[in-house]
Amino acid sequence: MSRPHEPDLAPLLSVPSADEIKTTTCYMCACRCGIRVHLKDGKVRYIDGNRDHPVNKGVLCGKGSAGIMQHYAPSRLKAPLLRVGPRGSGEFKEISWEEALQTASTWLGDVRRKDPKKLAFFTGRDQSQSLTGWWAMQFGTPNYAAHGGFCSVNMAAAGLYTFGGSFWEFGETDWDHTRYFMLFGVAEDHASNPLKIALGKLKKRGVKVVSVNPVRTGYNAIADEWIGIKPGTDGLFAAALVHELLRTQKIDLDYLARYTNAPWLVIRDAGAEDDGLIARDADGKPLCFDTKTGKVTNAIATDLVPALSGTYKLADKREAVPAFQLVAERFLSDEYSPERAEKESGVAASTIRRIARELAHAAFEQQITLDVPWTDMLGRRHEKMIGRPVGMHAMRGISAHANGFHTCRILHVLQIVLGSIDCPGGFRYKAPYPKQTPPFLKMRGKPGDVQPMKPLPGPQLGFPTGPEDLLVDAEGRPQRIDKAFSWDAPLAAHGMMHMVIANAARGDPYPIDVLFMYMANMGWNSSMNLGATLAHLTEKDETTGEYKIPKVIYSDAYASETVAYADLVLPDTTYLERWDCISLLDRPISEPDAPADAIRHPVVKPDRDVRPFQDVLLDIGVRLGLPGMTTETGKAKFPGGYPDYIVNHERRPGIGPLAGFRGANGGEFGKGAVNPRQLEHYIANGSFHVHHLPPHMRYFRHANRDYTEWSVDKGFRLAPTPIYFQLYSETMQKMRLAARGHGAVQPPEQHRKRIEAYFDPLPFWYPPFEGEMTEGDFPLHAITQRPMAMYHSWGSQNSWLRQIHGSNRLYMNRARAAQFGIADDDWVWITSAIGRVKAQVKLMEGVNADTVWTWNAIGKRAGAWGLDTDAPEATRGFLLNHLITELLPEQRGGYRFSNSDPVTGQAAWYDLKVRVEKAAAEEAGETSPRFEPIIDVGVGRRSEAAE
Amino acid sequence: MHPAYSVILFTTASGAGYGLLVWLALGAVVGLVPVERWLGIVGFGAALGLITAGLLSSTAHLGRPERAWRAFSQWRTSWLSREGVLAVATYIPAGLLALLWVLYERLVTPLALLAALCAVATLYTTGMIYASLRTIRHWYQPLTAPLYIVLGLASGAVLFNALLHLFGQASAFPAWLAMALLALGAMLKVSYWQGIDTGEKRYTAEMATGLGYLGKVRPLEPPHTQPNFVMREMGYTIARKHADKLRTLVLVLAFAAPIAALLLTLIPAPVAGIAGSVLAVLAMAVGLVVERWLFFAEAEHVSMLYYGAEAA
Amino acid sequence: MTALPATTAKKLGLVIDLDTCVGCQACATSCKEWNTQGYSAPLTDQDPYGADPHGAWLNRVHGFEVGEGDKGRTVHFPRSCLHCETPDCVTVCPTGASYKRAEDGIVLVNPDTCIGCKLCSWACAYGAREYDYDDGVMKKCTLCVDRIYNETFAPEDRVPACVRACPTGARHFGDIGDPNSAVSQLVAERGGFDLLPEFGYKPVNKYLPPRQRRDEVPPPVRATEKEVATGAAVEKLFAWVDRVMSR
Ligand SMILES: Nc1nc2c(c(=O)[nH]1)N[C@H]1C(S)=C(S)[C@@H](COP(=O)(O)OP(=O)(O)OC[C@H]3O[C@@H](n4cnc5c(=O)[nH]c(N)nc54)[C@H](O)[C@@H]3O)O[C@H]1N2
Ligand SMILES: Nc1nc2c(c(=O)[nH]1)N[C@H]1C(S)=C(S)[C@@H](COP(=O)(O)OP(=O)(O)OC[C@H]3O[C@@H](n4cnc5c(=O)[nH]c(N)nc54)[C@H](O)[C@@H]3O)O[C@H]1N2
Ligand code: SF4
Ligand code: SF4
Ligand code: SF4
Ligand code: SF4
Ligand code: SF4
Ligand SMILES: [Mo]
Repeated sequence: MSRPHEPDLAPLLSVPSADEIKTTTCYMCACRCGIRVHLKDGKVRYIDGNRDHPVNKGVLCGKGSAGIMQHYAPSRLKAPLLRVGPRGSGEFKEISWEEALQTASTWLGDVRRKDPKKLAFFTGRDQSQSLTGWWAMQFGTPNYAAHGGFCSVNMAAAGLYTFGGSFWEFGETDWDHTRYFMLFGVAEDHASNPLKIALGKLKKRGVKVVSVNPVRTGYNAIADEWIGIKPGTDGLFAAALVHELLRTQKIDLDYLARYTNAPWLVIRDAGAEDDGLIARDADGKPLCFDTKTGKVTNAIATDLVPALSGTYKLADKREAVPAFQLVAERFLSDEYSPERAEKESGVAASTIRRIARELAHAAFEQQITLDVPWTDMLGRRHEKMIGRPVGMHAMRGISAHANGFHTCRILHVLQIVLGSIDCPGGFRYKAPYPKQTPPFLKMRGKPGDVQPMKPLPGPQLGFPTGPEDLLVDAEGRPQRIDKAFSWDAPLAAHGMMHMVIANAARGDPYPIDVLFMYMANMGWNSSMNLGATLAHLTEKDETTGEYKIPKVIYSDAYASETVAYADLVLPDTTYLERWDCISLLDRPISEPDAPADAIRHPVVKPDRDVRPFQDVLLDIGVRLGLPGMTTETGKAKFPGGYPDYIVNHERRPGIGPLAGFRGANGGEFGKGAVNPRQLEHYIANGSFHVHHLPPHMRYFRHANRDYTEWSVDKGFRLAPTPIYFQLYSETMQKMRLAARGHGAVQPPEQHRKRIEAYFDPLPFWYPPFEGEMTEGDFPLHAITQRPMAMYHSWGSQNSWLRQIHGSNRLYMNRARAAQFGIADDDWVWITSAIGRVKAQVKLMEGVNADTVWTWNAIGKRAGAWGLDTDAPEATRGFLLNHLITELLPEQRGGYRFSNSDPVTGQAAWYDLKVRVEKAAAEEAGETSPRFEPIIDVGVGRRSEAAE
Repeated sequence: MHPAYSVILFTTASGAGYGLLVWLALGAVVGLVPVERWLGIVGFGAALGLITAGLLSSTAHLGRPERAWRAFSQWRTSWLSREGVLAVATYIPAGLLALLWVLYERLVTPLALLAALCAVATLYTTGMIYASLRTIRHWYQPLTAPLYIVLGLASGAVLFNALLHLFGQASAFPAWLAMALLALGAMLKVSYWQGIDTGEKRYTAEMATGLGYLGKVRPLEPPHTQPNFVMREMGYTIARKHADKLRTLVLVLAFAAPIAALLLTLIPAPVAGIAGSVLAVLAMAVGLVVERWLFFAEAEHVSMLYYGAEAA
Repeated sequence: MTALPATTAKKLGLVIDLDTCVGCQACATSCKEWNTQGYSAPLTDQDPYGADPHGAWLNRVHGFEVGEGDKGRTVHFPRSCLHCETPDCVTVCPTGASYKRAEDGIVLVNPDTCIGCKLCSWACAYGAREYDYDDGVMKKCTLCVDRIYNETFAPEDRVPACVRACPTGARHFGDIGDPNSAVSQLVAERGGFDLLPEFGYKPVNKYLPPRQRRDEVPPPVRATEKEVATGAAVEKLFAWVDRVMSR
């Protein structure tokens, strides 16, 4: 039948739509999915997911599918820039790379010769932290970190100090086996596609999904049960669940006795310098009381029936109690009863009891048994793997509060009493985790560690286990510019990037010479108290007339707000134009069953005068003569730049950035000689490598002998020691003892009460600080959520994504808004203790009545991102960041702590409290505050049009 | 629905053109109009000019005007295609009629009847384009197509009357005819408005989403933060108060004022005749543009159920 | 021909699971990405970096709230052409550019003959047609006709771009006319429904309803072990612990 009106489809169906398909790794967010880039006539035609890839298994998210528009965004920087106008104006001149690199090297060389700590090198959501951290170490500055401190260090630290793993993307639920899943405070997370794939799987299997979140959108919308909790109170809610499980005797005693420090004896000797520490034998082995023999004995042994309660006499006649007793006493107290939790969190006590019952039901009555024999660290063979199929995941809704560390610890206690960590159906580690609790990694940067022209003797970031590890001087003063690992934030395992600009501008603890930043929009959405931050960046010393932060070097790929505040801009390529290494030494992409890593490689050539930042960093390193990058003759050790480094750099013999295809012919995994063709192997394999673990190494890896030995061999672990979950944290108690006046390193007076209070060895709940300070005037909690189709600020330059989120509203509970006389679509003022923001309201049902929220990072500064100055992002978008203080109110003595978790220094974004009032009629229509438009940074679309 | 000026111009201008064509043809047949060259030139010039202007305007409204010819093919199913076919077909009898009239001052009665028939049929098809759309309750009305015909004929009659005045051929009948048609148009329009005001909204957001079993449906997040094509095209709404004012304006300008002006023409004074008939044309023209604008602006599209409309 | 085929050999379409969709927009952007250079090319954007960015998208994801307060639901709702069996969007077309394929029921627009009169968009009850302001022709979901029959694709890739991308697996593609197809069985199992069935266009695409909330019924739990002690909860717990541990 001839159908003349129907077009001829044949050419579309038989001629390939692409000339070539190249596999690489997505970078529209930090999830790092495998992608296939379809190229036609040298241009990107289409991007889809790589089905073989361990992360995304072929699917792609909303951002990843818009990668084309990111790659071709008109806001891409085009050439190195040197500031010519005042800082912040956006007036630059284009310079050559030679001039740029020379300038950077001169600035940095000066610093290195005089005092390396005067360089603050902070790198945002950097996917090459193993390079940038190593570079900073060779430079010799202690002032290095990536974004973790303002992101979710609470999750990392709480997990690593408790069970040697973490939520975030360092572990995930056993999606195929779990029978009950709880999601705490997650809108998106880093494992973005994996979570989505997983939710699809759970739905298919009919697994109950419980969401604990003040807002019911996204993942939380499809949960079988939504618990619209009041922000900052999850600790109480989870503690009440623990309370109920203990009360109803629904806990896994074997698991507690075997894998945790529940039986370990805690010294009870009020006033002693070791009060509250674990009682140990001469070899430092923890002790327990064995009920079989009636003796206090080494707890790391088989054949014990350890006591979990009772008071026992130690050899020195002092008393000690099993840690479990302390745990039970704490959580069974009325403070953690469902009724108390109901009062603070708004979650009905009956709901808490029911959920506890459901958890118990899933864990103990739907137990999973895999017929896989395995051997534990003490040599006991287990015929089966017994699983407690309860899955949990949590992220920034927990971490971005000043009580997030302890709240996250409570969640882990909940998982642990259920026996559901790294068991079938439970929460599982991803390699290189588990690590020791906490990992054996000590940061450097104490006085004496920092020397002109010398590398730092070790890394800048690590895990202190006592006061002696802290980076403080004899007076207890911070040594790092961000005050990480000082008494302000002793366990600041990821640094405190959010404090760098404020501290540097105020010279507290000291001024710096060069602020060097990489891919962090600190001049906008990743700073608190934005007005103050921008002022800090432009403040001048009255006597010298110099900027208080004298030099700012910044590497971005796009015309972000921060670019305008740099003195020297090093333009990066897009993710399709460069080599990258997603390394197991860094934040890897492993699956629970399979350690994995990946690369990016240039699938298209840059059409601008830009260079990959990693190449630039190595180049500067050579110009500075940094060890590790330079040969004895002062030549580049990696003349081929970053790809050369990826292949040939070894951290330890046989261990390099990539674990796959090592050895001369590429046959080795983890450890092996350098393989000069390693990158070719990766590309041929879809730009990733996965190593599948045999079934007996897939669970109980904290205690799995074969896995542990293997992981030591592969360099994931340093020693084949068992990992005991730290329900009771000795590290915390050590800090507390210091505050009580014990030991060589003690906190200065003004810190003592704070350390005493927050370094409780057992997790506990306390109200977040901002809430405490401002009750009354500011009745509402204000939080943000990540939109799935937008990655922080950088999606706005993408012409497709900005159509989805071109402006943002303040979402409010409909009934609550009515009490304030606020109607749908009204314009309102949102006021906090430090400022006010104007926005338009959208009323909704699915939000906690005491909570308002908005999408994160949609608001843009006029003139940035290659957008017209009247773009809706600038006129009708807004940030809550203006309202969030970076410093808590003055303490006695005038000291101001950062608005962070007192344990880890995690930025407390979600402690914000506000009031919302209707704006006057004539104020409607535009958000406020609006800063002066940035004049075109010399690279955007408008300048192009003008040319 | 978005009131696009090209479409408003098209339907009002060509409507009046077809109406005038009808009355020229029938007027000649019954002897109301002398088959006289200048009257022919001006009369047919006006009628065909209005028709052509309307059609050109509607063509310009197309995304691909150069392909407009393709619109003639689907007359079996599409009212728009039928309208296109008839509109063009009407040119044949109308053109011949005009040619014979102007060149030879001759009237061929069957040709005149055919031209008038074609013109009415075209008006009907135009009306049916709208009247056949089930998606738009305000148009999917029994009165929609008749209104197009009546308003076309009425506006044609007003023009016809003015033409006769211009050529000193005035008589009472065309004025009464126009007044009668205007009155009929007003009646129909009012009853159309009553119809849409009282008509039942048959579809709800709950039906559109299939989620009614869970409760009331409210939009939370639009797919995109700026309005899209569908919202721009179908989402045009007008406040009830505003619409009521405009309706009154339509009644006054499109109907009452022309009738009053036409009554004026009955005063046996030449100035009154000319002035009245021209005033009637002007008032009616403005009135009908407003009427047509409202016809679009008041129309609600069922797809808006996905964008916050509760019912349609 | 703009007349509708009396029957179609297949009824290809999408089944969208509203219980699983998280509103991530992957289906929307992947659709845009594929189709802007595919059968519907281009899908242009207006004012892409300016004050009023909007463009032609063949698939859009809404968010709705249904019901009140805690007991209400948030439902993410992707919406594209439903490839109706008896839609007026085809019959109103004056040019024949809008047509429904007899072999598989896909409703398409011929981009070479469409005149951009927009009438089909007026006739669509679902707001599923997208006028491309720059290209001057009507666009709509093609059911990725240039993918599902694409001989140059691996068989597993012969699915619509939106289905291929959807991370949660909320989108399914197949022959809804064949009762034995996986999609038909899914529809039967889950009570898949039509949008606005009252309208009479007989959509082919089906939506799977959000499942009942499960927040009320507590699970059966084995009776707790006999209480062995009286007193405070801690004492009871320790007594129980001792007993269990010494077993
Ligand atoms: N699409 C997209 N994906 C991203 C990002 C992005 O920008 N876009 N960013 C990446 C980055 S850097 C990060 S850190 C991760 C973060 O991923 P998420 O942890 O998912 O980050 P948020 O969007 O901050 O989500 C926090 C959630 O916690 C809820 N919440 C706030 N306060 C509380 C509380 O007190 N209790 C509970 N239970 N919930 C609370 C909020 O409503 C919100 O749903 O996402 C990563 N993935
Ligand atoms: N109110 C509020 N504020 C928040 C949060 C919140 O939830 N609420 N979340 C916080 C969290 S967890 C985070 S992680 C931060 C994130 O905040 P940022 O780290 O500032 O994240 P982005 O906005 O994505 O900015 C990163 C910068 O990297 C640039 N970039 C993108 N790709 C490349 C590239 O390939 N090379 C280079 N060199 N640069 C590139 C972008 O252009 C952008 O300027 O925001 C924090 N701020
Ligand atoms: S989740 Fe999306 S944006 Fe992030 S890496 Fe994966 S595909 Fe890319
Ligand atoms: S959804 Fe609309 S465009 Fe698609 S077939 Fe049905 S009526 Fe036509
Ligand atoms: S816009 Fe194109 S497809 Fe739609 S009715 Fe007109 S000609 Fe047909
Ligand atoms: S089937 Fe193809 S055209 Fe239709 S919505 Fe999905 S991706 Fe878009
Ligand atoms: S891709 Fe899937 S989960 Fe995401 S919005 Fe579309 S249907 Fe929903
Ligand atoms: Mo983050």
